[in-house]
Amino acid sequence: MAAAMPLALLVLLLLGPGGWCLAEPPRDSLREELVITPLPSGDVAATFQFRTRWDSELQREGVSHYRLFPKALGQLISKYSLRELHLSFTQGFWRTRYWGPPFLQAPSVWINLGRSSVMSSQGSSAPLSTSSTPPTQSLPLPPSNPWVWPMTLTTTFCAMLCCRGRWSAPKTSPPGRSSCPVVPRASLISFHLLQAGLSVLLKADRLFHTSYHSQAVHIRPVCRNARCTSISWELRQTLSVVFDAFITGQGKKDWSLFRMFSRTLTEPCPLASESRVYVDITTYNQDNETLEVHPPPTTTYQDVILGTRKTYAIYDLLDTAMINNSRNLNIQLKWKRPPENEAPPVPFLHAQRYVSGYGLQKGELSTLLYNTHPYRAFPVLLLDTVPWYLRLYVHTLTITSKGKENKPSYIHYQPAQDRLQPHLLEMLIQLPANSVTKVSIQFERALLKWTEYTPDPNHGFYVSPSVLSALVPSMVAAKPVDWEESPLFNSLFPVSDGSNYFVRLYTEPLLVNLPTPDFSMPYNVICLTCTVVAVCYGSFYNLLTRTFHIEEPRTGGLAKRLANLIRRARGVPPL
Amino acid sequence: MAVTDSLSRAATVLATVLLLSFGSVAASHIEDQAEQFFRSGHTNNWAVLVCTSRFWFNYRHVANTLSVYRSVKRLGIPDSHIVLMLADDMACNPRNPKPATVFSHKNMELNVYGDDVEVDYRSYEVTVENFLRVLTGRIPPSTPRSKRLLSDDRSNILIYMTGHGGNGFLKFQDSEEITNIELADAFEQMWQKRRCYHFSFSYNELLFIIDTCQGASMYERFYSPNIMALASSQVGEDSLSHQPDPAIGVHLMDRYTFYVLEFLEEINPASQTNMNDLFQVCPKSLCVSTPGHRTDLFQRDPKNVLITDFFGSVRKVEITTETIKLQQDSEIMESSYKEDQMDEKLMEPLKYAEQLPVAQIIHQKPKLKDWHPPGGFILGLWALIIMVFFKTYGIKHMKFIF
Repeated sequence: MAAAMPLALLVLLLLGPGGWCLAEPPRDSLREELVITPLPSGDVAATFQFRTRWDSELQREGVSHYRLFPKALGQLISKYSLRELHLSFTQGFWRTRYWGPPFLQAPSVWINLGRSSVMSSQGSSAPLSTSSTPPTQSLPLPPSNPWVWPMTLTTTFCAMLCCRGRWSAPKTSPPGRSSCPVVPRASLISFHLLQAGLSVLLKADRLFHTSYHSQAVHIRPVCRNARCTSISWELRQTLSVVFDAFITGQGKKDWSLFRMFSRTLTEPCPLASESRVYVDITTYNQDNETLEVHPPPTTTYQDVILGTRKTYAIYDLLDTAMINNSRNLNIQLKWKRPPENEAPPVPFLHAQRYVSGYGLQKGELSTLLYNTHPYRAFPVLLLDTVPWYLRLYVHTLTITSKGKENKPSYIHYQPAQDRLQPHLLEMLIQLPANSVTKVSIQFERALLKWTEYTPDPNHGFYVSPSVLSALVPSMVAAKPVDWEESPLFNSLFPVSDGSNYFVRLYTEPLLVNLPTPDFSMPYNVICLTCTVVAVCYGSFYNLLTRTFHIEEPRTGGLAKRLANLIRRARGVPPL
Repeated sequence: MAVTDSLSRAATVLATVLLLSFGSVAASHIEDQAEQFFRSGHTNNWAVLVCTSRFWFNYRHVANTLSVYRSVKRLGIPDSHIVLMLADDMACNPRNPKPATVFSHKNMELNVYGDDVEVDYRSYEVTVENFLRVLTGRIPPSTPRSKRLLSDDRSNILIYMTGHGGNGFLKFQDSEEITNIELADAFEQMWQKRRCYHFSFSYNELLFIIDTCQGASMYERFYSPNIMALASSQVGEDSLSHQPDPAIGVHLMDRYTFYVLEFLEEINPASQTNMNDLFQVCPKSLCVSTPGHRTDLFQRDPKNVLITDFFGSVRKVEITTETIKLQQDSEIMESSYKEDQMDEKLMEPLKYAEQLPVAQIIHQKPKLKDWHPPGGFILGLWALIIMVFFKTYGIKHMKFIF
């Protein structure tokens, strides 16, 4: 009894508010997965995703213990009060027409700084919508010097970001969300990851020798329960790579992990709670034996992904039977019978953008939107950010579908301010079924100031890609996503309504030549003018001021003696 | 028995006395060593490696800088102490047949890009302004730490620059230049900040290596103490490139840096090679140009300066199990202050060489140039002029001359 009293007191102390020193550090978990998809054109796409979820309220508590969640990013979030961060670096272009819609789409470089409220984890539709509860406190605006935290990003991701212009906030996105129109010339030099589990496959020499590679970091808060009383932070690091069949497979469509990455999987990551490889075997037909996957998978996963029903073979690295027998896992796919050379299926939505016109004064920017669905029309949100030095003439904006004019349901235009802000053009366009819609606008090229030109101005200037967001009707109805059980690639853009799926496409970035002055001109002009002036004025001066005297010949001199010698030889009187 | 006892006792007493005396001698020896340890030269190493040319055909300048980066990292200087500036991206250039690699030896023997390169200033950020800001420390407060040169007055700094240059200037990115006078002034600003405390962007000793055409002109104007400079060619000479690679299609390295890289590959953190060996690295037979060096501003004799003093980060570690009683701080501070004062007196005559000796320039005699007989072009030109003259005015004028 006497002993129980201090014990009870101790227990009370532990449970009381002062018991923080004995509380556990917030739980965090890491899931990694690799999805290998053979594309209709014969290339192979590999998508890596590493998701770290951390049950901690970063902005309310002072956090000092970081385990799986990187400290650099955690400090960035708490210092600048970020709610969401999406950063991606891409080299190459995703050819939607030939490869189909991707899981994770990204333009060349895009920073999306989101200050919206939290996304519910119980399956709200597209992640661009806000949840029902408004934020309790107004979040501070970006700091007065908007370049402060992008500079920290440049070192964290070892990249160069060249931000031109002010942060712009598209009207259709939730309030507080702003994005930076980044010049798509940032280059990501290196990335550091733990060398265990799936990251063993990430070696720069193979990954950069590809048709397309894109690395992205997405940080967002997710609700921990239905009422969203507490949040946890989710960090997704993704890498999408498309291997050219010709380079890796020497013309054949067979592939293996070793041939693509020049490495095989040896062991699962010890910190990961889940480590899986998914291989798309939708074209596998039991009777026809079109392809063979080696080693044979233990389980398969079937679901409606991006509107079509797909089957995936699952290789779980945490399953001891998988790795044990051979100490390394090299997944191979061989085509038993070469697939019939049928035309690849055309995705329902794809787009193209180009610049037309001639000369260095004017031009026209055209975007072609293709809706290949046979009978369904759907709306598309088109967002264009054009730099200020291409002066758009909005009165020349024309949208035509099937030859007739198509008036957009919603249009928002924010004109550019020289050297401060780019043009922002947002439109909601209804694409009729089975049609091509052309959106075109004319522009004029501006002359920059001498010092604003880059050291290589004749390369041209980049125009950021346009963003298309749409809910594309799916062929097969999808069921809602289970957040814990479903694979990561299914839960990035979850569907709430099974009849359509969300797609965000980016068009090509454009390279536009501005009227570039000849930088060597001042030097050349100065040299030429000085020469001409010297010659003309010199001659004129000589003519005006030179007088001629007769000079008495002086005796002596070697030349004279020589000349006299020659004269005597000729018989002419000497000098 | 008693005698042996007393003898043995005396022997032990003598032994203990001897031991104690040895001990005290050893102890004082260690304290001397400790004092020596705290007063010796530099405590940390920094490196600033700059490549100033862009475009694919200047692949060799990027390869030069990356090979020096590689050696410096291998010998111990961490990435946080290296400021690497590359003006163009060769590894991910669309014209690179082997992406994510930069080779320094032909047949792709050595990939100097590696897996863990950290470039601090890249592409358009490599400008004269940024370079001078890094050296003098006048960078905007939002600059991340990896982009700063946080040296103090006990840092040995290695500065390596490569690119296209001329007599007295170095070209940055085909659009601007840095002159030798600006560079000398920047180093003098670093020297002046020595009196400040903590991260004062100054240096203890500085090694400046430049691999450009007419590189020796860049170090002609230095006037701050403790600078040693090396250049790949003299004024009037061009630095040549080493070897083209038929697969990549460009020249991979410059000669001087190629042989410096070969020399550095044999250095490890424990080697005792000194600067005199570095001066001999590329003789005229291999390099075609004449490498030059300048040591008159340097206090120590080059043969006492180890390569690892600048290229590596060799920490002085002395392990002892003794307890050392250090002298009071004031004594060490006083002695070091006195030393500095003496150094000042010694350095006065070297410190401020005339930057622009106007009197000399006005009154200087023209340099005697070697007389070369006129070449074929000049002779042909004059023959043409004379022929035209006589054709125009007639041959009759000849006889008034002869």
